[in-house]
Amino acid sequence: MIAFERSQHTLLLSGELTIYHAAEARQRLGEELSADPALELDLSGIEEIDTAGAQVLLWLKREARSLGLALPYTSHSPAVLDVLDQLNLAGAFGDTLLIAPNA
Amino acid sequence: MDMDQVKQTFIIECRELLASMEEALLTVEDQPDATESINAIFRAVHTIKGSAGLFGLDPIVRFAHTVESVMDRVRGGRITLSPDLVGLFLECHDHLVRMLATVRENAPEPPEVAEEGERLLSALVPWLEGGVETVAVAVHPEVARPRGTGGDHWHISVRFAPTVLQNGMDPLSFVRYLRTLGRMTSLHSLLEKLPAGPAFDPELCYLGLEMDLETDADRATLEGVFEFIQDDSRIRLIPPHSRVEEYLALIQAMPDEEHYLGEILVAGGCITARDLEEALRIQSEEESARKIGTILVQEQSVPTPVVAAALEKQKRFQDKQAHEMKVVKVAAEKLDKLVNLVGELVIAGASAQVLASQAKETRLAEATATFNKLVEEIRDNALSLRMVQIGETFSRFRRIVRDVSRELGKEIELEIQGADTELDKTIVEKIADPLMHIVRNSIDHGIESAEVRIARGKPATGSLSLNAFHESGSIVIEVADDGGGLDRARILAKAVERGLVAAGADLSDSEVHALIFEPGFSTAASVSNLSGRGVGMDVVRRNIDELRGTVEIESYEGSGTTMRIRLPLTLAIIDGFRVEVAGTCYVIPLDTVIECLDLGPFLESEENHLINLRGEVLPFLRLREVFSAPGDRPAKERVVVIQYGEIRAGIVVDKLLGEFQTVIKPLGELFRNLKGVGGSTILGTGEVALILDVPQLVQLATRRGRQTPVLS
Repeated sequence: MIAFERSQHTLLLSGELTIYHAAEARQRLGEELSADPALELDLSGIEEIDTAGAQVLLWLKREARSLGLALPYTSHSPAVLDVLDQLNLAGAFGDTLLIAPNA
Repeated sequence: MDMDQVKQTFIIECRELLASMEEALLTVEDQPDATESINAIFRAVHTIKGSAGLFGLDPIVRFAHTVESVMDRVRGGRITLSPDLVGLFLECHDHLVRMLATVRENAPEPPEVAEEGERLLSALVPWLEGGVETVAVAVHPEVARPRGTGGDHWHISVRFAPTVLQNGMDPLSFVRYLRTLGRMTSLHSLLEKLPAGPAFDPELCYLGLEMDLETDADRATLEGVFEFIQDDSRIRLIPPHSRVEEYLALIQAMPDEEHYLGEILVAGGCITARDLEEALRIQSEEESARKIGTILVQEQSVPTPVVAAALEKQKRFQDKQAHEMKVVKVAAEKLDKLVNLVGELVIAGASAQVLASQAKETRLAEATATFNKLVEEIRDNALSLRMVQIGETFSRFRRIVRDVSRELGKEIELEIQGADTELDKTIVEKIADPLMHIVRNSIDHGIESAEVRIARGKPATGSLSLNAFHESGSIVIEVADDGGGLDRARILAKAVERGLVAAGADLSDSEVHALIFEPGFSTAASVSNLSGRGVGMDVVRRNIDELRGTVEIESYEGSGTTMRIRLPLTLAIIDGFRVEVAGTCYVIPLDTVIECLDLGPFLESEENHLINLRGEVLPFLRLREVFSAPGDRPAKERVVVIQYGEIRAGIVVDKLLGEFQTVIKPLGELFRNLKGVGGSTILGTGEVALILDVPQLVQLATRRGRQTPVLS
């Protein structure tokens, strides 16, 4: 299960961002980005994320950059932080991480 | 690649590993210095951990990791393998079996399994580094290492196939698992291939990884990590202390990303910036890059022993692979299907042969004869595919004997013979349970306690032997103990009390022994020496009956009991011998046929149903009477002498029709209780023929023979 909850410019993602929901997430996130250039992603609700999920997030980030948008990702959940840490992707996203991963 | 199938393979492999682990543990228990067995235990746990890691089965990885760590210390000679520790490892083995079971059922781990895991983990802690040291740390002489450019780590380069995610593999699990093997000193994710815009398919994997791993693991272990993806993904492993050339070769092998990759390698300390420039220069100058081997030889940079050792290792690895190639795993149902089809082929072949002989066409008859010979070969081959050695089933009993005898405080030695005897897989599976019952009974009630044994003048250690061998078309499995034997008087008294036999009946030993197979014969209320001997024995007999087998008991009071189980070699196809009674065709399994005679000259006593076969008096029965066939007996009757086990009997029929290959079709529910018939088959002419149940007929014949006084 993955859920999207919009409040103002912030989109809260919760549930599982895995291969099973990667297509759905890509579709929805792409739409949200084109609808709101000031979009922000709140990742605090993500309980599970795999490589597919990380790819979707990275793709979205790159889409935003190519449009000249910031699209900050905030409040990374422990699951997200773990994946960024495991794959050493923090640099690729360039977001401020509140909890520094154990390098 | 189908994920379920991969997981299935994983489970099968783990089961095999666990079985070899158990066996090795039991060996080690007897000979604590069996290095090969210790290594086998370590390898089993290690491989299970590795494979489990790939499937993200974290509880198994965590548990196996701790077991492995302790085992590693045993292997290194830092702790000795005490009986307590072997016991603990056996419990760990059982726990892994349980965890695997939950994986197979896709069930969440039940709380009691998790609790057991925690208990075992804490029991393992004292054996870990920093725990109780029983032996001083062995000093390993530091091997002088050839100097290389890289640090003390493997460089692992992976380009995942786009489909790995769809196949249920997550690159993350590989990373997580690799991290358990050692220290990841650097890791770079390559996501340059991730397309922008609509070209991005969220279900494809675009990831590549460049990793430096500081680890003691060898190449086979690291290759094993990627076993499930190595066909589609590109994986390169560069060992520690490798020469710069290998890294340069890596760069050259992946030219599309050479610059980027080169930078990563420089960052990871594998090569220097100068090396990178050199590589790029060489690449631009040379048409074809030199091979690594060539470079090594040309520069003579590696000492000869190292090369020799490497070659040796490589050779061993190849040998292992060659051995693995010889075995193909096939799903059992595919084999069943094949055997079924071969069965139909046999029937069709028989039908063709009948038509050919009726047509009186020599060439056609010849052709069908050749055809049938081939069918026969195919049949034998197909059936042999289903044959497995009984040894695996037997070795399971080592553990049971160990556990049960400990529990009861008895010393029991298990002897196994004929472990390489082959029989049908279905039969092996179905015989395991009854066999277990018998073995348990022997340990529990057959073999006496050490004190009693000594008092009776026997060695304190009891002995139990499992034996398997082939005998006239059937397989015999014996479970023999040197215990107290069955108490004839008590069994008889019990049987009279239960009304199974009349008081004062004159029964032979084997008849008395057979009483313990009567349902509910021995219950908790029965006499102590006997109790349990009969519990579930009726179930044992029923199971064996279902396999068309028999069980007999040979027991000598005070000196032991032997349970002898006789089973057919296979359940599906038999060579039959056709006979005719009152125009109906019957089939006798050929393996049981000894010879065929005219009844007349051999008839000893008509009323007592006895024939005299060259001095040997045998009981006989008329099939005509057994099946109440209509019509009169023909003038000239024939006898087929059959043997089952050690008993012979004659079967009187009207006509002998000859050999015939046949497929056994089970009888319907309606005919289950029909005595003397084991199954049915379809003849070449399309008629149905009944297959005679020889064990039952032999029994019937001997019983009739004994009702009347035996001739001298």
